Amino acid sequence: MKPSMTRRSFIATSSLVIAGAAVSSNIDIFNVSPAQAQPNPTFKPHAFLEIGTDDTITVWVGQTNLGQGSHTGIPMVIADELDGDWQTVQVKMAPAGEPFKSPIWHMQATGGSTSIRHRWDMLRTVGAAARQMLVEAAAQQWEVSPAQCTVEAGTVFGPAGQSARFGQLVARAATLPVPENPPLKNPKEYKIIGSARDRLDIPDKVMGKTVYGIDFSVPDMCIAVVARPPVYGATLESYDKEAALAVQGVVDVVELEGRVGVCAETTYGAMKGRDALNIQWSAPSHPELSDETLPAIFSDYLEKPGVIAQDEGDVTGSLAQATTTISQGYQLPYLSHAQVEPLNCTAHVEQDRCRIWMPTQGQTATQMTAAQLTGLAPEQVEVMTLPAGGGFGLRGEQDTVFDAVQLSQALKRPVKVVWSREDDFTNDYFRPASHCTIAAGLNGDGTVAAWSHKIAAPSVMTRVLPQFVKNGVDPDAVSGVWDMPYLFANRKVEYVMVELPIPVGFWRSVGYSVNVFAVESFMDELAHAAGADPLAFRLNHLEQGGRMHALLTALADQADWAAPAPAGRAKGVAVTACFESFAAHVAEVSVSERGRITVHKMHCAIDCGTAVYPDAVKAQAEAGVIMAMSTAFHEKVSFAGGGVSSTNYDSYPLLTMSEVPEIEVYIAQNDLKAGGVGEPVFPSVAPAIANAVFAATGVRLRQLPLVMPS
Amino acid sequence: MITLNVNGTQRQVDATPDTPLLWVLRDNLGLTSVKYTCGIAQCGICTVLLDGEAVRSCAISIDEAAGGEVTTIEGLAEDHPVKIAWIEKQVPQCGYCQPGIMLQTVDFLNRVEKPSDQEIIDAMDDVICRCGSHPRIKEAIVQAAELSAGKRG
Ligand code: FES
Ligand code: FES
Repeated sequence: MKPSMTRRSFIATSSLVIAGAAVSSNIDIFNVSPAQAQPNPTFKPHAFLEIGTDDTITVWVGQTNLGQGSHTGIPMVIADELDGDWQTVQVKMAPAGEPFKSPIWHMQATGGSTSIRHRWDMLRTVGAAARQMLVEAAAQQWEVSPAQCTVEAGTVFGPAGQSARFGQLVARAATLPVPENPPLKNPKEYKIIGSARDRLDIPDKVMGKTVYGIDFSVPDMCIAVVARPPVYGATLESYDKEAALAVQGVVDVVELEGRVGVCAETTYGAMKGRDALNIQWSAPSHPELSDETLPAIFSDYLEKPGVIAQDEGDVTGSLAQATTTISQGYQLPYLSHAQVEPLNCTAHVEQDRCRIWMPTQGQTATQMTAAQLTGLAPEQVEVMTLPAGGGFGLRGEQDTVFDAVQLSQALKRPVKVVWSREDDFTNDYFRPASHCTIAAGLNGDGTVAAWSHKIAAPSVMTRVLPQFVKNGVDPDAVSGVWDMPYLFANRKVEYVMVELPIPVGFWRSVGYSVNVFAVESFMDELAHAAGADPLAFRLNHLEQGGRMHALLTALADQADWAAPAPAGRAKGVAVTACFESFAAHVAEVSVSERGRITVHKMHCAIDCGTAVYPDAVKAQAEAGVIMAMSTAFHEKVSFAGGGVSSTNYDSYPLLTMSEVPEIEVYIAQNDLKAGGVGEPVFPSVAPAIANAVFAATGVRLRQLPLVMPS
Repeated sequence: MITLNVNGTQRQVDATPDTPLLWVLRDNLGLTSVKYTCGIAQCGICTVLLDGEAVRSCAISIDEAAGGEVTTIEGLAEDHPVKIAWIEKQVPQCGYCQPGIMLQTVDFLNRVEKPSDQEIIDAMDDVICRCGSHPRIKEAIVQAAELSAGKRG
């Protein structure tokens, strides 16, 4: 059965909107939204939750608002266990702080589709504890037992018809101890979790009121752009400071370790000032890096011996005994994040504190970076997270924090650093390019005898989280391969770390977005070699009764896999298991005589456990299809002369409206622990399309972006 | 000093005549709903209306804009059909691209009152939304057209 996807129409919650930043009760921060002042005495049993005497339920969220919906999903979880009145819920961005760290990562960051799944018990407990305290307060007031009271939509009811709104109970509730292990609801009792809600941040976004990082300002602030090396390894040789200072609005030019900051009254003035610097840079450290040379560099790496990431069963023996063996290679390019709001950061460094306003995805990292730069203690660094115009992993990077903090130190005033679009593309930490070869054998019965997979790719973790790199294996570089959902007894994964000056970083779905293309394309090749239906072949290698198996079975039904595609079209399938969730896609494509691939329809199925906020899951599933299709057809970072040559959207085009297919989303209904959403919906899109192209034409495309041979 | 007419108000700005309208709206006049993304007329995210027509504010100077009526998203009534439809269809994800896309929609629906699906696709094929809100943009345009038709009676 298809889940109901009706959205509640525009209702009064439109006034309950996210403030660009907010005031916390104990930290003195700049309040960009004075209208959001707190009601008087409040009940704050936890850093996440505050209830006012006017019944307002304020949920403080420590996760970045990237538009993924967790600024509504998190309040939904808390409000449900609280039995609060959704109409009185408002959400506010919390300043960075200890309570907002992930209990698993021990840091505050928005990534890995963790916003809810890392806090599933915590968020529910917060709501349930507050509910228990409010009931206790009511019971004391009415001199009855708490067991005799019930709660509905923000009101506690007593046995003799008494009733009290939360706001009337907060004063007494605030005097009670916070219970540590309040009972949680049976999922059958959920009223808000899993329901249709309007996103709390949408009205402001539609009215143009949302203050993104790049829009932020504080009194006495200047705006800066920073000149950085245009190619890898170039160093600063000379520049014309006077010429920049002569530009209208430019207030200062500051040299910072190998880069030059131009500060002005306006962004345009700063940009013009930077143009006027006429900087001379030294030659690049790797002038040979270019689109022409990179493929061979990667192939050479793939020839080198790697480190063993996984070796289970007897791969060599099984391959030798297999009835059929096949081997193929797959290649993926570097990708830009291409998020629409360029990177930025506003900093104000003072004697005993430093304040940062930034659409950061890494609050703890931002706090530590600023602390190191200023010599202040991390507690003296206040990080206010502003809404972000996209992020996709890039906003965990701290380069703009360096820029803004160092410039504020030099100028002794608040500085907003804004990167131009060209800065953004040129200095991105790309999704790693990757080349791999896979060899596998089939048994006589058409089952996979062994899978041997060798990957050559740059390592993200070595720079970002080196403690996770063990014995030369970057777990991110092999994700999607060593944990693929198939039950192969004999499997081997080998990894060669590619070392180049091209920086790489986290990018939506990280390693999965790369490796699942190869794994799922090759599964299709194996199915073909075995003469099996590609979907049945996959089911045959998945755990019977497991969630991946169940989801793919459901998708086969949803997409009517068994029925032939409409004339001239063909279908392809792919699956992925990651971030504690499962996803699968069926693509319906046609290929014109001139080799133009058209995707007519995409079916997306996701099992993310409890779908806390189904419309946000659906939105993410649609978004996953579109962004992944963009990578399947268009995206590829270009390099020339030792640096990046795709420096704006004209040379790095994205998918546009005319290419967007019809998208059907199926969400598995269950009440398991909430899993990730934003990332699991991405990796299986491109291989499903490539597999459909093969079904349509017999041509196997083993490279992204997908191009039909002429 | 150059005088601009923005959202029905005369505004004096102290900027060189070749300054792109985008930066004057954002930095001098504080209308930060007008967004910078590519700066080279590629993405459509900086779109404003000039005498009712969608223009890319990064690619037009204040000198060129000075004679006309500039409208930003703040200049549309809160109950404008496009705004209502955008909320009802829950279009924005990050939302950064939306003011520009909504203003391009206003211009489009002024010219084509009852657009076909293909006309919507053609009209919106030159704007960028990295978040992938396209299916909802399409739905919202259809609804905005219906709401506008209702208003006209
Ligand atoms: S910023 Fe003007 S079109 Fe992109
Ligand atoms: S909603 Fe984020 S770019 Fe369009």
